Amino acid sequence: MHSSRKGGEKMKKGKDRLTFNAFSIMMLLLFSSFCLLPFILILTGSFTSQESILRDGYRLIPKEISLEAYRILFESPKQLLQAYGVTILITAIGTFLGLFFTSMAAYVLASKNFRYRNQVSFFFYFTSIFGGGLVPWYIFIIKGLHLNNTIFAMIMPIMVNVTYMLIMKSYMLSIPESLFESAKIDGAGDFRIYLSVALPLSKTALATVGLFTALNYWNDWYNAMLFIDEGHKSLYPLQYFLHTLLTKADAMRNVAAMSGVPIANVPTEPMKLAMTVVATGPIILLYPFLQKYFVKGVTIGAVKG
Amino acid sequence: MRKHHFLRDLKANRTKWLMLVPSILFFLLMCYIPMTGIVLAFKQYNYQGGIFGSPWVGFDNFQFFFLSGKAWIVTRNTILYNLMFLLLNNGLQILCAIILFEMGGKWFKRITQTCMFLPYFISWVVVGTFIYNLFNYEFGVVNTLLEGMGKTPIDVYSSGVSWIFILAAVSAFKNLGYGTVMYLAAVTNIDTEQFEAADIDGATMWQRIRYITLPSIRPTMIILFLLSIGTIMKGDFQMFYQVVGDNPMVMETTDVIDTFVVRSLMQTQEFGMTSAVGLYQSVFSFILIMTVNTIVKKIEPDYALF
Repeated sequence: MHSSRKGGEKMKKGKDRLTFNAFSIMMLLLFSSFCLLPFILILTGSFTSQESILRDGYRLIPKEISLEAYRILFESPKQLLQAYGVTILITAIGTFLGLFFTSMAAYVLASKNFRYRNQVSFFFYFTSIFGGGLVPWYIFIIKGLHLNNTIFAMIMPIMVNVTYMLIMKSYMLSIPESLFESAKIDGAGDFRIYLSVALPLSKTALATVGLFTALNYWNDWYNAMLFIDEGHKSLYPLQYFLHTLLTKADAMRNVAAMSGVPIANVPTEPMKLAMTVVATGPIILLYPFLQKYFVKGVTIGAVKG
Repeated sequence: MRKHHFLRDLKANRTKWLMLVPSILFFLLMCYIPMTGIVLAFKQYNYQGGIFGSPWVGFDNFQFFFLSGKAWIVTRNTILYNLMFLLLNNGLQILCAIILFEMGGKWFKRITQTCMFLPYFISWVVVGTFIYNLFNYEFGVVNTLLEGMGKTPIDVYSSGVSWIFILAAVSAFKNLGYGTVMYLAAVTNIDTEQFEAADIDGATMWQRIRYITLPSIRPTMIILFLLSIGTIMKGDFQMFYQVVGDNPMVMETTDVIDTFVVRSLMQTQEFGMTSAVGLYQSVFSFILIMTVNTIVKKIEPDYALF
């Protein structure tokens, strides 16, 4: 009796599940193709010949495959390599300093015997609820700090982030206090404890915050737009270089001129897409391996508000 | 007395304070010192005088902004766009989170989730290329498809209304994965005993979702909703600029406060007026955040911002 009742329910539940699963599979397929399709279009577009694009338009499956765009891009890669170099430099310096400063501050804010931790926390936090707006900040960076047309104009603005500091702080708060205490008894000072106890035990948080910071630097073009003049093109980071290629006809002409190919023969359309592929490639290739750290970061952020 | 305490602490916790110095300096330079430049909103900026030497003009800058007719358009657009993103994105994200939580099939789930999270990692410039690739009038994918079906191509660059849909889609595209992960964390936190009990009682899938899952993530939903209300006056400059660009033909429906400020700043170097707009935005946002935080504190003190 008992077992037959259960069996009946299982059937009912099974049917219910089936409908839900069918619906779910459809939804997930729909959403993931919506998210993936633009990437595929860019990739196939970059391998299409200029003539085919002008005649048939961009399409999912190219009518005429051509490697011309990549060939020209890599034949005279000076500008591309320069932009890559700037981005890598900014990302490396910015992420290192950002992580160092953020984790030091987080360590102090997480230590319970620091009397002013609430006040200092508020000093940091207040900046995320009130600001003076873009213009005074813009003027101060140019006229006060004279950072325009230097690499620091792209490193400074996004170096320390309050949210990441709070993530790091909450992570350090979860380290058992006894570990700090015993280090202290051994005669270690605060900086020593931070280096040899707090940091090694916060590897996950460091990886997560470090990756988010690095991503912000890698994808930044806004600060370059604000602070780097056209006279200092060699300081353009990758994303901003890509932006100028897409929006300014003369930027594309410059690349063409350097490759030595007559302007009329330069496949401008697939080159825009090829450049996008080259600028995004490293992130997309690395992403599947790093995804878990980002997921962790979002989760900690969500729990702590 | 307090000062004495502070100095003593400075000395006793020398190392700790030194460790805070870089971050304190950072926020002083990037936030607090620029904040004093707010006075610019009440001044007529000139190069000789700089921020503090320029003459005062009272509320002229604000008056100029509000009388230009731009104030209403950009404020309306900023708020309406943010409301649309808020409702659409959260709806889709909750749907995806529930699906991913309830469904079996580990690999299928992992692959689809990876695809949905991917757009979060690319820059807005790349999103700009996507838009170009899709909507370019002469050879964009959309028009190629329309022509293939024998329909007339559309020119989104002269049609203001199309951008409302494009921006909604772009925002959903970029934020779907991130938000899904966030809601998935909330769903995963639900006590599994509740689901087991529901299974024993023979609850249907829909009942499970309606009576357990949704009520359980309600606090998260409310908090995220309220926090978004706090930033409703802030437009995402990077998104609007890269997706729409500086296109005067569609500005009526696509110009938000932030694009207006950057454009005025870069094109006209109108420091006084743009500062006034920035201050207007900051003050409103501040009031909203404070209000929202007070409400959150009342309903769910754990989630209050401060």
